[in-house]
Amino acid sequence: MSAAADAHHDDHHGSGYGWKRWLYTTNHKDIGTLYLWFAFVMFIIGGIMALIIRAELWTPGMQITDPQFFNSMTTMHALVMIFGVVMPGFVGLANWMVPMMVGGPDMAMPRMNNWSFWILPFGFGILLSTLFMEGGAPAAGWTIYPPLSLQGGDHVPFMIFAIHILGVSSVMGAINIIATILNLRAPGMTLMKMPLFVWTWLITAYLLIAVMPVLAGAVTMLLTDRFFDTSFFSAAGGGDPVMFQHIFWFFGHPEVYILILPAFGIVSSIIPTFARKHLFGYSSMVYATASIAFLSFIVWAHHMFTVGMPLAGELFFMFSTMLIAVPTGVKVFNWVATLWKGSMTFETPMLFALGFIIMFTIGGFSGLMLAITPVDFQYHDTYFVVAHFHYVLVPGAIYSIIAAVYFWIPKWTGHMYDETLGKWHFWLSTIFVNVLFFPMHFVGLAGMPRRIPDYALQFVDFNQIATIGAFGFGFSQLIFLYLVVKCIKGGEKATDRVWEGAHGLEWTLSSPPPYHSFSTPPEVKAEHHI
Amino acid sequence: MKAFTKPAAALVAALFTLAGAADAAWELNMPVGVTKISETVYDLHMLILWICVVIGIVVFGAIIYSVIYHRKSRGAVAAEFHESTAVEIAWTVVPFVILVGMAVPAAKTLVEMEQTGDSDMTLKVTGYQWKWQYEYLDDGVTFFSTLATPREQIYGETEKGENYLLEVDKHVVLPVGKKVRILLTSNDVIHAWWVPDLAVKKDAIPGFINEMWTRIEEPGIYRGQCAELCGRDHGFMPIVVEAVPEDEYKAWVQRMKGATAEASDEGMREWSNAELIARGKDVYASSCAACHQPNGQGMAPAFPAIAGSPVATGPAEAHLALVLNGKPGTSMQAFAAQLSDADLAAVVTFQRNSFGNASGDAVQPAQVAAARN
Repeated sequence: MSAAADAHHDDHHGSGYGWKRWLYTTNHKDIGTLYLWFAFVMFIIGGIMALIIRAELWTPGMQITDPQFFNSMTTMHALVMIFGVVMPGFVGLANWMVPMMVGGPDMAMPRMNNWSFWILPFGFGILLSTLFMEGGAPAAGWTIYPPLSLQGGDHVPFMIFAIHILGVSSVMGAINIIATILNLRAPGMTLMKMPLFVWTWLITAYLLIAVMPVLAGAVTMLLTDRFFDTSFFSAAGGGDPVMFQHIFWFFGHPEVYILILPAFGIVSSIIPTFARKHLFGYSSMVYATASIAFLSFIVWAHHMFTVGMPLAGELFFMFSTMLIAVPTGVKVFNWVATLWKGSMTFETPMLFALGFIIMFTIGGFSGLMLAITPVDFQYHDTYFVVAHFHYVLVPGAIYSIIAAVYFWIPKWTGHMYDETLGKWHFWLSTIFVNVLFFPMHFVGLAGMPRRIPDYALQFVDFNQIATIGAFGFGFSQLIFLYLVVKCIKGGEKATDRVWEGAHGLEWTLSSPPPYHSFSTPPEVKAEHHI
Repeated sequence: MKAFTKPAAALVAALFTLAGAADAAWELNMPVGVTKISETVYDLHMLILWICVVIGIVVFGAIIYSVIYHRKSRGAVAAEFHESTAVEIAWTVVPFVILVGMAVPAAKTLVEMEQTGDSDMTLKVTGYQWKWQYEYLDDGVTFFSTLATPREQIYGETEKGENYLLEVDKHVVLPVGKKVRILLTSNDVIHAWWVPDLAVKKDAIPGFINEMWTRIEEPGIYRGQCAELCGRDHGFMPIVVEAVPEDEYKAWVQRMKGATAEASDEGMREWSNAELIARGKDVYASSCAACHQPNGQGMAPAFPAIAGSPVATGPAEAHLALVLNGKPGTSMQAFAAQLSDADLAAVVTFQRNSFGNASGDAVQPAQVAAARN
């Protein structure tokens, strides 16, 4: 099918113009774009909250916030970044790329796709509206442990219903992705020939379906404890506050991998492209991803070593958690082996992918340290933990999303982005993200608890360094915004292949691709595999 | 590249200036602590840190070598290999063996940490929003310990003291060389009791009792904080442990018992209004001001104002009953067990005659004693 025929065909499709096009759209590319812009807007909102936190922590004493509002900021920052940025960001990328990578025309369930996205802004509208309520926004941490979370005011039901909506959106998105991958692959695209981004998303989607209902159950029990006189989590009524933590983390640990597995897939697409070499150990990558997903269901209580579990429980969760280092190590070693004896160039996506490998591994190391139960008693609930999960989420998950945008935006828009600006974005982000998060290891080890609005005098130096890093990192992202807008508006024409070392079906389509990606199934050739 | 080195250099210079300007010590690492367990924990921490550093040097070294030598601009041609069963098995098995090497000493330490039997004494710790209650079950001493840092320091009105936020009105005094079993629970939400130098941290959970133990080897003062988010003043409920030789500990127990007797003597006599208000002002600052605010205006809706409130301007009996018994379902605690008769009488009188409230009446300690029954 020629590009001209496609263009003609497109004129008669779509769902209208202006706002109607976006509200009514059932097209995977439009919806992918909506998801990605939504994630970016949330990234700015969550980022402003982070800067409020870092500004308060610039120096000891209470300066700009009230302690209660500070607690709301830490809580909302986490909820917004996890549910509003990383998850929609990955879903947006899946929307854009999965149909093109498997050789399908669109997502399997386009109308549900529209719903999955459009309930999100409402969910977040409800959540963010609590900021303006009397008594303030949720302030018990994103982990919403009772009894503290039940002491909240009017925001409690709003937060719970918002979480329900976000869960419904995620589960619908996951069902759609699974249906697309299993049903719309081009002939010849067997499971073990799928690009790793498709594989990691397939596994992530199953994780979502498995655990989002668990979270929904947990928050529903909070709701009935608060309003309908049940006592699931109240010891006074025969319940158990620790049971909430078990249920929450049975969701929460797989959730951690929901936030990182698609990143593994993205990096596994970018590294071979710019090393001009096949991905090392494709099948071990698939098996390692599946192993990580399996292990994620049996390690949850390592988030709660201090609740007073029996010795046998502590030992089990320590050993199972340490095991995760094995498949994760396999992945990192495979990426390094892919780089080894390659023929590398360092365009912006490659820079972000390399940054990902190194800084994600640093987060992996601190993760291994946290797994050691007797030592975790010292690390638990300190800034060491904050440093750990920010290393895997910011220069980890967020870097992978940024890398993916740089990698595929020439395909999406048909224009090359500004490479010089991209490199500025990478180097500024990378310097500042380390200035921001590395000192947190030190203050944590020295004894600074997390989630405190004010701190003792010996922690001043590293907190000030972290605050400088936070503002530097935050403002560096404006370069990214400018670059993306500039790329959408115009720029050097992108070729279909875009990158010299690119393989895969998405690169056989025109840049930008036709409205219905593959109207007729493509022929899957050996050269498309990476 | 040159364009990038300039901002980077300026940034590094700025950081060093900042470091030089601050005179506080650069605390980089976990404290070794003052118990055998804390030393073992520190050694484990360093062992795992160094293993990670070595693995990091190998992995990052390989990446950096590749990035330098296997780049297209140097004329590197991509190799063809893309799998090797032997190599893949090796880098699955070798990390596994390293992990087993870490797991063995870790498990040993953990088993030791959970041996709470054979203790010489028992300390019961109860978390409250936002203070700690300590009960010496063998010696019959009970008291509350609250933040001693003045609010003026927190809000930047005066210079911050040396132990800013890490000082309390009453230290937890413990004898050195004795195995102390610590029981933990909570009165309201989940707290966590943590003193880094002792390497002990465990949650204090309402309705449940956790236990842990410590044996402090060196006399000294060891400071810690609540480690589990417990609401508004989570950052303001420190822990100060004072380890002393056993004879000093015994003398301290006697003094504390004397103080309890003194408090009950105070409860017997009649107080003047001025005395009550003066005492009540101090009690208010340590027990009430965190929620109801130093100016009595509170923070709606969770923490109602005392200034002009129907309770503080209505009948004294109802006011006293609310303070004694708290208000279930809200943050208002029952202070009956926390404060002495004299303190309760003083603080209620203070509230009824301050912030513009002018009831003019006074509550005597004897009335509090009567209301308790």
